[in-house]
This record gives sequence, C-alpha cells and structure tokens, in this order.
Amino acid sequence: MAKPKAISEFIIERDMEKCIKCQACVRVCANDVHIWDGESGETISRDIKCVGCHFCEELCPTGALRIKRNPSETRENAHWKKGYIYGITRQANSGGIILTGMGSDRPHKNYFDCLLLNAAQVTNPSIDPLREPMELKTFIGGKQDKITVEKLDSGGWSVKEKIQGLLELEIPIMFSAMSFGSISLNACKALAEAAKVSKIYWNTGEGGMHQSLYPYADRAIVQIASGRFGVNVDYLNNAAAVEIKIGQGAKPGIGGHLPGEKVSEEISLTRMIPEGSDAISPAPHHDIYSIEDLKQLIYAIKEATGYKKPVGVKISAVNNVAPIASGIVRAGADFITIDGIRGGTGAAPVAIRDSVGIPIEIAIAVVDQRLREERIRNRISLVAAGGFRTSADVIKAIALGADAVYIGTAALISLGCHVCQKCYTGKCNWGIATQDPYLTKRLNPEIGAKRLVNLLRAWTFEIKEMLGGMGINAIESLRGNREQLRGISLNEMELKILGVKHAGEAW
Amino acid sequence: MVKPKRIHIKKNYCIGCRLCEVYCITQHSKSKDIIKAYRGKEVKPESGIFFEEKGSISFAIQCRHCDEAPCIEACITGAMYRDQHTGRVLHNREKCVGCWMCIMVCSLGVIKMDQREKKAISKCDLCVDREFPACVEHCPNEAICLVDSDGRKITEE
Repeated sequence: MAKPKAISEFIIERDMEKCIKCQACVRVCANDVHIWDGESGETISRDIKCVGCHFCEELCPTGALRIKRNPSETRENAHWKKGYIYGITRQANSGGIILTGMGSDRPHKNYFDCLLLNAAQVTNPSIDPLREPMELKTFIGGKQDKITVEKLDSGGWSVKEKIQGLLELEIPIMFSAMSFGSISLNACKALAEAAKVSKIYWNTGEGGMHQSLYPYADRAIVQIASGRFGVNVDYLNNAAAVEIKIGQGAKPGIGGHLPGEKVSEEISLTRMIPEGSDAISPAPHHDIYSIEDLKQLIYAIKEATGYKKPVGVKISAVNNVAPIASGIVRAGADFITIDGIRGGTGAAPVAIRDSVGIPIEIAIAVVDQRLREERIRNRISLVAAGGFRTSADVIKAIALGADAVYIGTAALISLGCHVCQKCYTGKCNWGIATQDPYLTKRLNPEIGAKRLVNLLRAWTFEIKEMLGGMGINAIESLRGNREQLRGISLNEMELKILGVKHAGEAW
Repeated sequence: MVKPKRIHIKKNYCIGCRLCEVYCITQHSKSKDIIKAYRGKEVKPESGIFFEEKGSISFAIQCRHCDEAPCIEACITGAMYRDQHTGRVLHNREKCVGCWMCIMVCSLGVIKMDQREKKAISKCDLCVDREFPACVEHCPNEAICLVDSDGRKITEE
C-alpha cells in the first residue's frame, strides 16, 4: 500500500508584502515551524509542524502571518469525522494511545447553554449593584446543623457554637488544581499572586509546593493525590485547606504520568523524587478502597493539621457521584470537589477524555439533591469544576447547588493559552504547560497575575449584575435556588434530573 | 543635574524575539512606518539596542545614560553631550568626526559604529520624541521597563 502521509492540521499564510524578515517567528516557535533560509534570504514555514497555538501570529510586528485550519477536504462524512480518520491514520503509524491536553472538545450536550436565568419584573424589584450592596462572600467548609445566638452584656450578639475553620472567599470562584510540573512555576506564581490579591484560593495540584510559593501558602489549597508527591507536614500546615484527589474530570479512573524529562531540579525538590525520574500517580490510592479507608486518610490529615483546616475530597463526575458524595460527607470531609467531563488536563488519552464521566451540570444537581434529601447538605461545601467559560456558567452552577466553582482553562486562557491542546508535548509556546527554560520565561507572572485579577474582577461585576437582575442581593440566596433557572431544549428526564422547570412554566 | 529615566532590563522575562530592535529601527527611521522602514527605499537605520544571548538567557541592553559618562569625557568635539533638561546622553551627528573614542571607552559596549559615514552612531536616545521608548512600549513580555531616577517602574496606565 501507499503509506498515507502525515496531514498538516494547519496552514500558515505569510503575506510577503508585509513580511519584513525580522525572523521573530523563527526565534519564538518551539515547534520549529519557521526556519530562516540564509541562502534564499527567506523565511520558510512548515505547515506540518504547526500546532495552531497562534504565538507567532500574535507576535508578528506587521501582521504578516495567518494561521488557518487546513481546508483540505478529507473524505469525511457525518459519522467518519476528520478527527477520527486522522486519529486512525496516526495510530496505524505509531501503534500508540493518542494523547491530548485540555478539556474535551467533543460536542456533548452543554446543559449550561440549555439553562436560562430569571429576572425580576414588576412584582419584585431588581437591584442595581452599583448603588446597593451586593454580597458574593462565600465560606467553604462544613457548617453547623444549628447555631445558637446569644446576646452579650455589651449589647452585641455572639454565636455560641465554635465554628470550625472555613475558607473565606471574596467571590465564589477558585483556581483549580494545576501542579508545578504540569504547568510552569511562573504560571503557578501568577495564579498564586492573583488568588492573594482577589482574596480567593489557588490549588497546588498534586505536585507539592515550591519553596518560592510558600509566601502564598495561606491562599493555597494543597492536594494529596495517589502519588503523594511533595507531601510533608509543612506542606499541610502552611496551607489554607487540604484536598484529597481521587479523580479528575478529564480522566476519571486513570492516574497521571509526568515524564522524566520534565522532572527538573526544582520539580524534583518540590515533588521529593529523584531528578529525571518519571512521576507516576497510580490510578487508585492504594490505601483507599472504601469510604472507611477514605475516612482514615481524612482524619489522619485532620490530626496532622490540628483540626484547624478544612479537608476536601475531589472526585470526577461519574454515574454514582451522588451516593459517593454522600459517603464522602459521612467520612468527615468539609468540602467535596466534583470535576465534570469537560474538565481540563495536562495529558490524557483522547478516548478517555471524551468518553468517560458525566457533565458537571448534572453532577451538581444530583449531588445537591441527594445531600438535601439526606439532610446533610450543610455539613459539606460543594465545589464544581470542569469547563466554566463565563460568569453565566458560574452563576448557573451556583443556582443548581454548587457553593463555589474552580476555573482552570479559563484562568490559563487569560494567561495566554489558545487551547491548542498540546499541553502534553511540553512545548507550550506561551510558557504555561512547559518546563523548558526557553519557554517558561515567556510567562511574566506580574503580567499574568494582573490579567487573572482583571478576569475575576470582570466576572464579579457580571455576577453582581445578574444577581441584581433577579432581585437577589447575596449569592447565598441563589445557592441551590433552582427556581431562578429554566430549561430549554431539554426533555422531561433531563429537567427532572436537573430539578428545573421548563422555560415558560411559572413558579 | 537632572537624572534621566532609565531602562531596566529583566533578563528572566526576555523571550528573545528581538522585537525591541525592530521597533527601535522603526522609531528612528525617516517614515516611522515599520513596513517602509524595512522594505521601502529609505535608508534603514541601525538599532540602538544590543541583544545578548547565551543558552536560555537573553536580554537587550541599550545605553545606560551614565551619571558620569566616559563617552562625554572622551569626545574630542563635544558631539556626545548631556541634554540639560532630561539628563540623557545624546549624540550630535553634525559635530561627530568619527574618532570612535566613545566606543573605546564605553564599558558596556552599547555604542555602534557607522561604517557608511564613518561616524559613531546608533546609541539609545530613550526615544527623544516619545514619552515611552519604543522598545519599552512594544516588549511583549514587559522585559524592558522604564524606571524613574529612584528606580520606580513607570507604567503607561
């Protein structure tokens, strides 16, 4: 047979009228797409190597470059899409699993797009957030079954019960777990700084905490995953909260693998593993085979941290998510993180990323419902993760029953990410998902932090406007308030599971 | 003496794209238009920036506008002089005879020779007619910053 040629996904158009031959594109492309040919005095671009990250296009001082999708007409049809045909061709060449990065790009039904928000008209007034106070403050952690308020002699009031350690968030958004290893130290610094400024929390992921990030530890949620990388008593005690990671939305049921070539001296010190060795996180925690085992780990961590910090458990959204969440509450966790099918990753097999798990919208609804029915909803905070794109997604998740959301991809996009899905190659031109010193310096954490803070600020304004429109002045009044949502293009079963009425149905 | 604003370089964030040079050349060209400067008929000026690179570390360095500038001391015609209003070290092409003593004494090596007219030229003038030098404004990663005489960063905002 004639072996099929590798197909270039992108084509590079160079406007020769505009190209000034400054060679900036040649110098910056980590994939060696552009090369300078001294003989002809021309820059040559090789489409086949292009991953479509648009770094050269953004940097080109004259706008001479355009990266476009290759319009070549593969004989695709409704069933045999281009991606599947290319995938098979690649696998027939390599015999390997097809890896990818970021969250799923498949057109799974998007329930956020099928949920519409309410607004106040005539019978209840809407609120203008610019003129009236609007409360977005959120507390993460278990809350008491009841509180007793006592009047003090001084005239004030005091709560009798001792409230255990809670995380105080200025807005119900946090940065999701991305380890130093999967992303660069500069990216971690930008996230940590932005979390500090915006008074929210960032998450170390399972890679331990680099020494230079300890000043941001009081705004950090530290993770303990199956690899137990970088876990020591300082790591736990410096943090604001601890999260046990059981699963990740992009790859439920499988572990992680940071290739040895990425394990630099800094990463080896942070993860406490030899330099250059593969960092493998096993699929399961080998000491957790039941809720009882999970309880042991939760309480071991609580003992180590003196019962001062909330301990959470992160699971991916799967069929049994509601009963598992119930078990997690009973195991003593203070918050539960659920990561939906569209959750991002540094590397995962395409087949798993796109086919395993359930959408986060459904997971939030069923977990919130189940915990309410069992009357244990107050004992835990529900943090949702996986594909939050706008402030509207955030507010819909909260109305469905989440306490707060984690944003990962959205945060990275504000740092420059163009969602090219090549995180696993370690050649991120934007300096995010790489450890190459030539590339990591491209992310200036000062600029990054500023942009992240801007993003959160913008979403805060939007959330306040939407809340005000509903006539609500505190995010707490929206939490689990599904009357503020209506479904559209959803069937009866979907409406029932989401616990929302169809558009057009009055209260 | 007025102390000039200075350019502060952050080698940790220089991505080595050399766009500072491109914008320096554009700014000092006749038309100040990037495409005309590079592709038009006008003479393309030299950039006042020296780009250094070793391994993954790179940075762009330009004239530091020293408080005690040896190039001014060494200049036999007074072509190299200090601007009294801004404190910048500037170069007057009309007076320059091309002895290149300034190049000899510059400890940072940030003055370039002009082989065409045999004059010392291409020295950073902190972009005389701009508030922010072109390299500072266009550095994509803010690896080149403008700082005031006390070392505080001056931002465009």
